[in-house]
Amino acid sequence: MKTTFISLAVIAAVIGGAAQAQDKIKFEYWYGLGGYLGDVVTQTCDRFNASQSTYEIVCVGQDGYATAVQNTIAAFRAGKHPTVVQAYDAGTADLMMSGEFYPVQKMMADFNIDIDWSNYFPGIANYYASSKGELISMPFNSSTPVMYYNVDDFAAAGITEVPQTWEAFEEALKALEAAQPEKCNYGYAPSTWVDLEQFSMSHNIPVASKNNGYDGLDAEYVYNTTQHVKYMEDVKRWLDAGLIEIKTSQGGINSRDAFAQNQCSVYFGSIASHATVHASAVEGLNWDVAMLPIYEGFERTNTVVGGASLWVLSGKSEDEYRGAAEYLKFLATPESEEFWSTNTGYIPVTKTGYDALVAKGFYDNAPYKGREVAIKSLTYTDPTPLTRGIRLGGFIQARAEWVAEVEAALAGKKTMQEALNTAVERSNQVLRRFERTYANKTLP
Amino acid sequence: MRRATFKNNWIAAIVVAPQLLIIFVFFYWPTSQAMYWAFTFEQPWGGGNEWAGFENFNRILTDGRYWASIRVSVVYAAGATALSMGMALILAVFADRQLRGYRYYRIGAIWPYAVAAPAVGLAFRFIFNPSAGIMSYINAAYPGFWDPVLNGDHALAMVIIAGAWKQIAYNFIFFLAGLQSIPRSLIEAGAMDGANVLRRMRDIQLPLLAPTFFFVLVINITDSFTDSFGIVDTMTAGGPARATNLMVYKIYVDGFQGLDYSGAAAQSIILMFLVVALTVVQFRYIERRVHYT
Repeated sequence: MKTTFISLAVIAAVIGGAAQAQDKIKFEYWYGLGGYLGDVVTQTCDRFNASQSTYEIVCVGQDGYATAVQNTIAAFRAGKHPTVVQAYDAGTADLMMSGEFYPVQKMMADFNIDIDWSNYFPGIANYYASSKGELISMPFNSSTPVMYYNVDDFAAAGITEVPQTWEAFEEALKALEAAQPEKCNYGYAPSTWVDLEQFSMSHNIPVASKNNGYDGLDAEYVYNTTQHVKYMEDVKRWLDAGLIEIKTSQGGINSRDAFAQNQCSVYFGSIASHATVHASAVEGLNWDVAMLPIYEGFERTNTVVGGASLWVLSGKSEDEYRGAAEYLKFLATPESEEFWSTNTGYIPVTKTGYDALVAKGFYDNAPYKGREVAIKSLTYTDPTPLTRGIRLGGFIQARAEWVAEVEAALAGKKTMQEALNTAVERSNQVLRRFERTYANKTLP
Repeated sequence: MRRATFKNNWIAAIVVAPQLLIIFVFFYWPTSQAMYWAFTFEQPWGGGNEWAGFENFNRILTDGRYWASIRVSVVYAAGATALSMGMALILAVFADRQLRGYRYYRIGAIWPYAVAAPAVGLAFRFIFNPSAGIMSYINAAYPGFWDPVLNGDHALAMVIIAGAWKQIAYNFIFFLAGLQSIPRSLIEAGAMDGANVLRRMRDIQLPLLAPTFFFVLVINITDSFTDSFGIVDTMTAGGPARATNLMVYKIYVDGFQGLDYSGAAAQSIILMFLVVALTVVQFRYIERRVHYT
């Protein structure tokens, strides 16, 4: 079945390739963002094409991060891959091990394009850098999770201070429940990105050994032994006590829309949803965002980036690489960063891009007010060895293991500790398989 | 019986060549590739692979999740097949009795087959939505009665109903055609002998329908093992807690999302043999009871 798809992709690619005319130097860029965000990506391409006359970027939407990577792999195996591809954060280790890329920092140096790499926020750059600190892919759409809360509901429940700790958060849930017994206080959806990865980052605790995989392919998951267990047990307890409700698309409405539709008072999610919540919020919804709470007794550390970065793939001509380098350079200008951040909820990835926005008063008023919380969260401390990011192979599968087991625990089929133990055990099998597949290779 | 034969085998070869080529390109070639991958550690980006022997199969067959997936697939196949064939048979019998308006009703019953599986999934996701759909009224009366978001049995039932609904139309066409090919004289003779509707059905129509029934059974079981992807993907994404993680869906998740090409290839091979084996069993043991006229 798989190869059928590959052969279809080949045919499609051949037909697509034949239609190209040869005036400007053309190169392809496949992106995963869909819907409104995908349209904004297309606009960045149009802006690039209008800004110069030597190169033409052909942007092809793949409708989904996972499909973008899958289709790129299929096309790559057929030799019809794009020059640039947008790949999601969790696929970083998989792409790094493929070896089939042109490290962006090296590419920019090869083409004498001067980029101040120290200008990138460390919480973002470290995620996409090699062990030697060289940036391998170009940070692009970047976000980090925050807590969205309904200001009026909090006020009505007598919550004067936005909870900074999970202990205070629980008190807030109880106060909300007392004040609004009919309304959903917190629409919860199990999310490894928020509940496991960013939770661990902000608490400076490991997801896996070997510094979350940065130091070798023989890492093992350890989150069944950290504060993460306590947190998930709390979630289960809140669910059983009726303090929170599950809101997923499978159940009809996802947690973000439940918040925007004023069904729930709290939602944890990406800052990238800031624009969407604004656009879809019901009339008069008074809301704001805050950093993720942490447990008492822990020092808050930085969260890391989520979203995607741009990879330049191997096997392309020098002209195409030159074009790709120009495009990446174009994206790194403060004007492009402002265009991107204004039109989406994503945050600027460079300090100068951010400073330029601050200087213009971008974050002072609605609808952009609040987005600076994400930057604050990302830069709260300098990254520690445990808060650089996640560098674990087959991480998409590991995420799925976590979700499946947590769902079982939330349904009462097992205790949370048992569930997390099983998830860790199975995710470790994924790591071992990954290690086996790339025997004798090391992470760059 | 007379057989048409070609004197010149070359002409025959040329005539069948395009068809053989298509079968080779879209069936044998991918299958052989999957076979090869199943016995190696295939790197997703094609950076070389290493012989694995039976290690991939070992890993899968010792994995509790894989057996759970097989169990779910069997329950789904049995449930969806029984439900869709039962409903289709009832509908076909009514259509065959030429009750008032049966022509419109016949067209209406065929339509669902033209609906794409993801669309079916979306429609049923709304119908079975515990908080906003039709089921929410029952939930309002009996809180907690229906919860496919956390309850795996509910989710599986939901997927089975959606899968069966889609398949009913296909089965209906065959059952109706089968019923209409039964000579009217037989039924009329039965009626004159005083047999009522149910009796005529049991003694005349159902036995004569057996070949159709058998064909539909084979198609349905095969289909529910291999073609259930779209519905699962839109309705449950395999959850909650893998309760609807059918074999085809697991192959997709492991192979495409998890980039475990070798593991997914091994699972495809197992699924292929399973479907072949099921079909053989059906032909061997069930077909014996079928009498073709």
